[in-house]
Amino acid sequence: MKYLRRVLAIARKDALAEWRARETVTAMVVFAIMAIVMFNFALRLRVDGFRPLVPGLLWVTLVFAGTLGLGRSMSSELVNQSIDGLLLAPGDRSALFAGKALGNTLFTLILAAITLPAMAVMLDEGLLNPGILLAVGLGIVAYSGAGTLVATIAISTRAREVVLPILLLPITLPLVTAAVLSTGAFLDGGGLAEALPWLGVEVGFLVVFWSAGILLYEFVLDS
Amino acid sequence: MLDAAGIRKRYGLRPVLRGLNLRVGPGEIVAILGANGAGKSTLLRVLATLLRPEAGTLAIDRIDALARGGEARARLGVVLHHTMVYPDLTGRENLRFHAELRGLSNTEARINAALEQVDLTRRADDLARAYSRGMAQRLSLARALLHEPVLLILDEPFTGLDQASAARLTALLADWARAGKAAVMTTHEIGRGMESVTRSLTLAGGVL
Repeated sequence: MKYLRRVLAIARKDALAEWRARETVTAMVVFAIMAIVMFNFALRLRVDGFRPLVPGLLWVTLVFAGTLGLGRSMSSELVNQSIDGLLLAPGDRSALFAGKALGNTLFTLILAAITLPAMAVMLDEGLLNPGILLAVGLGIVAYSGAGTLVATIAISTRAREVVLPILLLPITLPLVTAAVLSTGAFLDGGGLAEALPWLGVEVGFLVVFWSAGILLYEFVLDS
Repeated sequence: MLDAAGIRKRYGLRPVLRGLNLRVGPGEIVAILGANGAGKSTLLRVLATLLRPEAGTLAIDRIDALARGGEARARLGVVLHHTMVYPDLTGRENLRFHAELRGLSNTEARINAALEQVDLTRRADDLARAYSRGMAQRLSLARALLHEPVLLILDEPFTGLDQASAARLTALLADWARAGKAAVMTTHEIGRGMESVTRSLTLAGGVL
C-alpha cells in the first residue's frame, strides 16, 4: 500500500507541476501538430492515397514527440537537483520508476488524444476506432516504460538530449514495428483477428520494459 | 548514530576520500571543515546514501546503510547545497509530496509543524519559484525535518539565510542535540552556526 502511495505521489506531483507550467505537453503537442502538417504537405505533393503510410506517420509522430516529453520530464528533476529528494526517500527505489513512468504515460496519452483527431482530420482517415485506440494505448504504455528507464540513464550524461533518442529508438524499434502493424490492421478494416498477433507483441514489450524498469532501476540509479 | 569506517571514493583517477573514518554519537553536532574541493560535499553525499563508496562500511542508527539503504534513509534528514525544491509547487505542496513519498501519517500536522519550525507558515501557499534562496533553503530544512529523523546531514545549511533564520537554525540544532539526536554539517565559514557545534573536524587529503 505504501509502495502504491509513493508511485501515485510521484505521478500526481508531475501532473500538478505540468498543469501549472504547461511546458512538456505543450511542447509535445506543438511538435506533433507541426509534424502532421509537414507530412500532409510533403506527401500530398507526390503520393495519391497514402493510407498505407498513415500508421507509420502516426507512430513516427508519437515516438518523436513522446521522446521530447520523456527528456523534459526527467530533466525537470534536475532543477534544484530535486532528483536527490526522490533518491533520499526510503524504501524500494523501483517505486520512483513506476511513478515517473506513470506520469510519462499520462503525458503521452494526452499527446495521443490530441494527435489522433488532428491526424484523422488532416489526413482524412478513420483513426478514431476502438481498435486503433487500443493499439495506440498499449504502444504508449510500453514506450513510456522503456523511455523512463532510458531517460534516467541519459540524464546522467552531458549530451542527454542526444543520448536519449540514440539509446531509446533502437531498443523500441521492434515495439514500434508491432504498433504500426496492429494500427495498420485496424485501419485497413482487418479487425481484431488480424491485429491480435501484433497486439500480443505490444503486450509482451510492455511487460518486458516495465519489468526491466522495476527490477533494474536501483542498479541504474547506483550507476 | 553514525559509524563510517574506511570510506574510499574516487572520481575517475582522482581519489577524494581515502579511508575516511567518522563516528557520531547521540547528542553530537559535528562540523566538517575544509577548503573548497576538499571533498566535504562528496562525504555528505556518501553519508546520505546518494553516492556509493568504493570501499568502507557505513552504519546509520545501527543499520548497514550500504546494504539496506532504504531503511537507513528513513532515519536521515538531508539538506544539500541544492534545495531539491519543485518551483511549480507551493511550499506546502512540496512538503506534502515528500510526506507521501515517505509514507508518513498525520501529514498535515507534520507539515504545519515543520513550516512553523522554519518560519515559513505565512508563505506556505506561495509557489516555490517565488521564494528567495534563503526561503528555499528553509523549505529544504522543513523537508528534512518532516519525518522526524535521528540524524541530520547538512551541507552548508547557513547558505542564503538571513541573521534571524541563521539564529533560528542554530537554536534548532542546539535543541536537536539536547533531544539526543545527531547532526553532521559542513561549513567553510568558521563562526557561523558554530555555537551549536559540539565537535569540529577538518577534511584534508581525503581523511578527517
